[in-house]
Amino acid sequence: MESWGEASESRLIGKRITRLSGKDKVTGKAKYTFDINRPGMLYGRILRSEVPHATVMGIDMSQAEALPGVKAVIPLIESGKKLRYQGQEIAAVAAETDDIAKDALRLIQVHLEALPHVVTEADAMAEGAPQIRENWAGNQSEPSINKNRDVAAGFEEAAVEVEATYHTPVQTHVCLETHGHVAEWEDEQNLTVWASTQGVFGVRRDLAQYFGLPPNQVRVITEHMGGGFGSKFGPGSEGEAAAKLARITGKAVKLMLTRKDEHLVAGNRPSMTQHVRAGATRDGRLIAYDMRGYGTGGISSGAGFVGPYVYHVPNTRTERVNVAVNAGNQRAMRAPGHPQGAFAMDSLMDELAEKLGMNPLEFRRINDSSEVRQAQYTLGAQEIGWHRRNNVPGAGNGVKKRGMGVGSGQWGGGGGRGTEARVTINADGTVEAVTGTQDIGTGIRTAIAIIVAEEFGLAPTDITVKVGDSAPGLPSGGSGGSQTTASVAPVIKTAAAAAKQKLFEHIAPLLEAPVADLRVGTGIIYVASDRTKTITWQQAAGQLGMESISEGGHWAEELRKGVVAGTQFAEVEVDTQTGAVKLIKIVAVQDCGLAINRLTTESQINGGVIMGLGQALLEERFMDAQTGRMLNANLEDYKIPGTFEIPEIKSIVFDTHRKVTGIGEPPCIPTPGAIANAVYNAIGVRIRELPLTPDRILTALAEKKA
Amino acid sequence: MAIKSHVQTTINGETVEFLCESRQSLLEVLRDELHLTGAKEGCNNGNCGACSVILDGRLVNSCLVLGVETEGKSVETIEGLAAPDKLHPIQDAFLENAALQCGICTPGFIMSTKALLDSNPNPTEHEIRYWLAGNLCRCTGYDKIVRAVQDAAKASA
Ligand code: FES
Ligand code: FES
Repeated sequence: MESWGEASESRLIGKRITRLSGKDKVTGKAKYTFDINRPGMLYGRILRSEVPHATVMGIDMSQAEALPGVKAVIPLIESGKKLRYQGQEIAAVAAETDDIAKDALRLIQVHLEALPHVVTEADAMAEGAPQIRENWAGNQSEPSINKNRDVAAGFEEAAVEVEATYHTPVQTHVCLETHGHVAEWEDEQNLTVWASTQGVFGVRRDLAQYFGLPPNQVRVITEHMGGGFGSKFGPGSEGEAAAKLARITGKAVKLMLTRKDEHLVAGNRPSMTQHVRAGATRDGRLIAYDMRGYGTGGISSGAGFVGPYVYHVPNTRTERVNVAVNAGNQRAMRAPGHPQGAFAMDSLMDELAEKLGMNPLEFRRINDSSEVRQAQYTLGAQEIGWHRRNNVPGAGNGVKKRGMGVGSGQWGGGGGRGTEARVTINADGTVEAVTGTQDIGTGIRTAIAIIVAEEFGLAPTDITVKVGDSAPGLPSGGSGGSQTTASVAPVIKTAAAAAKQKLFEHIAPLLEAPVADLRVGTGIIYVASDRTKTITWQQAAGQLGMESISEGGHWAEELRKGVVAGTQFAEVEVDTQTGAVKLIKIVAVQDCGLAINRLTTESQINGGVIMGLGQALLEERFMDAQTGRMLNANLEDYKIPGTFEIPEIKSIVFDTHRKVTGIGEPPCIPTPGAIANAVYNAIGVRIRELPLTPDRILTALAEKKA
Repeated sequence: MAIKSHVQTTINGETVEFLCESRQSLLEVLRDELHLTGAKEGCNNGNCGACSVILDGRLVNSCLVLGVETEGKSVETIEGLAAPDKLHPIQDAFLENAALQCGICTPGFIMSTKALLDSNPNPTEHEIRYWLAGNLCRCTGYDKIVRAVQDAAKASA
């Protein structure tokens, strides 16, 4: 049985270790895809639709082609086809400079025949709305209906009921590095692509397929990348276009999306609107839940959300539909479907608790079967000072009012098979760990070094970690679903263990001891039964002479475990004159399994909380119904949190077991619900729509007065 | 072909000459002409701070400055911050405080911090947050960044 050993035996695992690539990042040396410059490289740009719905009648690229410095112009849509959202690709150019590429886009003449559009869910669902998606009558998918036991009977048992509608708008990913690629052909058959991606091997597969090449003739490199959050898996049409332009021109082509493109076409979190009726018994048990909801993922589907969530309801009926609008497609965004569903569920829980005259935390305790979260409730409540919470929501006469709230979440993150890795010990004592995963900012590179260093008695900085390159042919899955660490760690660990075993076999005769009697210490190998017999790591490796040891690893089920619980508490201060919500403190108690690196784990939690905070207070895509365009496709009008929005964040790495789990997504789930409940506790008016902007707060306060 | 201007400027203490079109931003010149890619493009319109550099002692978004405007001026970028064998205290503080994840925003934050500490070696937490409000990060929780700046201020004192 493989195991990570006891905490007391770990020298490095579970400690706080600064990241390996940190030095390159603070000096500006780290090269992201955006930073790759190749000899003779051209700049690619994409012409995108400014209208939400139209038929392409013709594209005239001749003027663009004639512009000096332009090397290639390719259409990305055929005449007669429909453009179905603002931002959809029309044509791409490659030119000697980025400015020439921009000039060339302006010279492309596109003849369009406008079609009627709908860009809001309400417009799309309205009587007589133009149908924008085939087979979707009323622009809606077939409802997906789920039932559990008997919801009508459940309501008969209910002592209290709440009926409410909750809404969250579309949120965009806002990766600070935009999507993009640098593509270069070595010859007709061999393509190298630097990609800002969460999935090196996925991009390799897709591009190989696109060009009809065997996968090993496409090399994908992602040494550093500037954030993905679920939006960066395949090459997308921009990656295909970059590679195509490179093929035509015989030059490397860099094609990065603009910030505006990011908002329009690089994915988003779908909206959610749910109308829910729920009931609880007098003694505080959830008993019935009836929900009808919809959301939009743009022209595509995928606008699902969770509900009921976390808490157990025996009798349920749920009905969900996707609504099509003329807007860019959704993509997975950090815990898809969860934060929005959690916001609705946690708001609902508080509304029910109030009707029962119960403390919302008590109400949760009754309905939450997770032992982990039960413990987290206690810890989090202590840390935030739950006893200081307003007993009467909105109590007090001051202009600034404080309140507290709680929210919960649940995620998988157990990893899976499919990663291959090699750990190599060279005769000079150097160690290399290679696998095809990618470090998208989470710190997997450092985690790999920690695992290998722990096994060998070395320091993480002694290990050369190579990730983010498909060339060694050691595949690993995409970094999504919080799966990376749990997928990679077991294979790295077993590879290192196998290499260590080989080294022991090699030096056992020298130490005159059986292999089973050898151990690693810090920088040494010694004989357990006779500690006078010791050699340094260097000496041991030196015994390899001209050889080196290179071992692969294998999947080890028992080294990892999924399903993590999390709870967050928020304290807010609402200015009742301006409507501004100020976060005072967030306590995030997050089940992390075995945290390989406590430092980066905490960073992950902090980052998740901030993204949840953005969803709660700031972020919303605005579509203009008249023109069908997004009104805030920039970082000025689409606000993400900045230094001023950030409260004190107390991230508690809640150790539950010594098996590896992923942690990228779960910490963003409970935040919006906790904040919304805190705002209610502060002002005594329930706002069922995110984000909680000053405008919505003031309107709600005014309605309460009236 | 657009007309190019000859520009002479000082970058990280060294005299540098380059040719650029009048419409090219300083960010484009740094990244595309001089291959100094430490300054990043996050938005290209002054909203994210990823392109922050110091121009004649003032913090600027290099995407909002024209290359030709730097004639006769002095530009400091992230590449010039560390001594050959030693990181700058601000860089150390960012590393030690784990004030970065993907790191694409980091050079911008560090240059902003440099400009802050150059003019105000002892900022309060509020001043730090105010100063850094123009730098966006989507990965970290900013908290560690603020701590890093506080540590850097202490280390430089
Ligand atoms: S790139 Fe200059 S501020 Fe964003
Ligand atoms: S560390 Fe990724 S944007 Fe700041």
